[in-house]
Amino acid sequence: MKKSIVLLIVALIPMFALASGGNAFHLEHMEPDLHDKTSLQRGLQVFSNYCAGCHEAKYARYERAANDLGIPAEIFEANLLPAGKKIGDLMSNAMNAADAKAWFGATPPDLTLEARLRGPDWLYTYLKSFYEDETRPWGVNNTVFPSVGMPNVLEHLQGVRHMTCAQAPALDEHGKPKFDTLSGDVLTEEQCDVVVQKTEGQLTEDEFDQLAYDVTNFLVYMGEPSRLKAESLGIKVLLFIVLFGVFAYLLNKEFWREIH
Amino acid sequence: MAMFKSLMAWVDERLPVTQAFEKHMSKYYAPKNFNVLYIFGVLSLVVLVNQLLTGVWLTMSYTPTAEGAFASVEYIMRDVEYGWLIRYMHSTGASAFFVVVYLHMFRGLLYGSYQKPRELVWLFGMAIYLALMAEAFMGYLLPWGQMSYWGAQVIISLFSAIPVIGPDLAQWVRGDYLISGITLNRFFSLHVIALPLVLVALVVLHLLALHHVGSNNPKGVDIKKHKDENGVPLDGIPFHPFYTTHDLVGIAVFLFVFCTVIFFFPEMGGYFLEKPNFEAANPLKTPDHIAPVWYFTPFYAILRAVTYPLFGVDAKFWGVVAMGGAIAILFVLPWLDRSPVKSMLYKGWMSKIALTLFCVSFVVLGVLGVLPSTEGRTTIAQIASVVYFAYFLLMPWYTKWESTKPVPERV
Repeated sequence: MKKSIVLLIVALIPMFALASGGNAFHLEHMEPDLHDKTSLQRGLQVFSNYCAGCHEAKYARYERAANDLGIPAEIFEANLLPAGKKIGDLMSNAMNAADAKAWFGATPPDLTLEARLRGPDWLYTYLKSFYEDETRPWGVNNTVFPSVGMPNVLEHLQGVRHMTCAQAPALDEHGKPKFDTLSGDVLTEEQCDVVVQKTEGQLTEDEFDQLAYDVTNFLVYMGEPSRLKAESLGIKVLLFIVLFGVFAYLLNKEFWREIH
Repeated sequence: MAMFKSLMAWVDERLPVTQAFEKHMSKYYAPKNFNVLYIFGVLSLVVLVNQLLTGVWLTMSYTPTAEGAFASVEYIMRDVEYGWLIRYMHSTGASAFFVVVYLHMFRGLLYGSYQKPRELVWLFGMAIYLALMAEAFMGYLLPWGQMSYWGAQVIISLFSAIPVIGPDLAQWVRGDYLISGITLNRFFSLHVIALPLVLVALVVLHLLALHHVGSNNPKGVDIKKHKDENGVPLDGIPFHPFYTTHDLVGIAVFLFVFCTVIFFFPEMGGYFLEKPNFEAANPLKTPDHIAPVWYFTPFYAILRAVTYPLFGVDAKFWGVVAMGGAIAILFVLPWLDRSPVKSMLYKGWMSKIALTLFCVSFVVLGVLGVLPSTEGRTTIAQIASVVYFAYFLLMPWYTKWESTKPVPERV
């Protein structure tokens, strides 16, 4: 009897773990703006300085990014190109996949298509959602990606955040804030998974949000570098089809006049 | 002009070009009352040509190996001039093909285009549909993304549900113990050579059979009954120039929608290009939720709806049987319909309700096939599957019993 109870508990533990670590987080919306070249340039800078050491973008080339983002080749080579790389190279790095797996528990994923895989909202929220967790090897965890293997490389910029009990807006079953029916104020309740700032970082909250926005914006660009070109060409193609359609319609009308 | 005429005379003595043009275009008399649903045959041809041409160019830069496939698709997307456009034309074209083919088939059901004497037209059409499904399935493995890999894994594992020979058969299809570069290579070969050849040949047969018996029309009136002194059907008009100009308008409308998707929404919210496919195939990491591309989902839902083992054989096997049966039963449709009239306009209320329920069940199954299954959804899928089959299996009775309206002599 005792044995079966223990077995039952052992069997149920992963379920609880899944339930607590499931998709219960709320994603912040992030609207990419591929026309904002300065944002994309800043995003590329952050990517080169903080991401590219571990993450590859091995399907993208430096030169394409430099050209698309309006960065002159000499400036790119002097400031952003890793040593030993040529500007026409793919954005791969020297980290050995097996080493990476030993260090982080998983090989850091290639980021070329990460924005198309997970979506900009996920990336943006993920970058902002690290918090202190002494039980993890790198001392940090992430509310969007529980038990993540990645250290918080932006911690000195964002500051340390930790999870605590605090008053937070009460959410209904759809994840929308609940309101007081009389006053219309947002209802709050004590929750013990609230992440709050513990120490200040080098950037203010707004500045850090902007940084997370910029690097996400850059990853969206990198996921599909042809996006802007597709849209400008698309409009011309559609206009041509409309014009063609008008002539086709008139031709058709002319022929069908005699059919009753 | 005189030079052109003498040139054509020279050619015609050696190859019946003018005769063929007259037989299939300028003296092919089609009923004059075609409606908008009659555009989808031509549109399938347009998409077929699109797929063949873009496919040729994609093949120039694609690498059919497990190591190189995913990277070569991104190479096409980034480094090949207009490679992104060619790839999106091909990936959007695959979905567009099924959109127009499903509407084309619906038109056939609505107006009884499969009835005597057009049984072979229907059979060739069904063979095209079958080849198209194989072509799409094999093509979907080629980008070698996570969904390519696991989708193929799920579908090929269906073979292993067959008693006795199943596991060996699945291994024979894969050419390996699991989906690997060997599978990718053979699928590539079949996708770019074997199946396109079969498809084009079947399209030729479909059109030859059609042009031999003549086109049906929304009223199901036989236009060959009333001809003028030259043997031209009174209600027929030459396909060229009347329907060629007509079709140009339809093609323009289609291209507008098609290009809007290509240039602005190539992923179509994850339905034309599934998000997990932006990650390279990983045999060690199964995605949370494996969903086939939308055009297979009605049949996938039927597969999953069968949850009872029978005669001591696994439910999975009967699911495969039901899925295969759902497609196979379409082949015998011309012999299930016992109605004296072709068009839904003159059939009775039972046929009308049956077709409506069938279409609803098909769409419901399609939606369910995209979603992860739950108990409630499985029940709905089971009901919809029963409706799907009832439409065909009860057809011999309801088409015979119901009273029909008289078909007019002329359109």
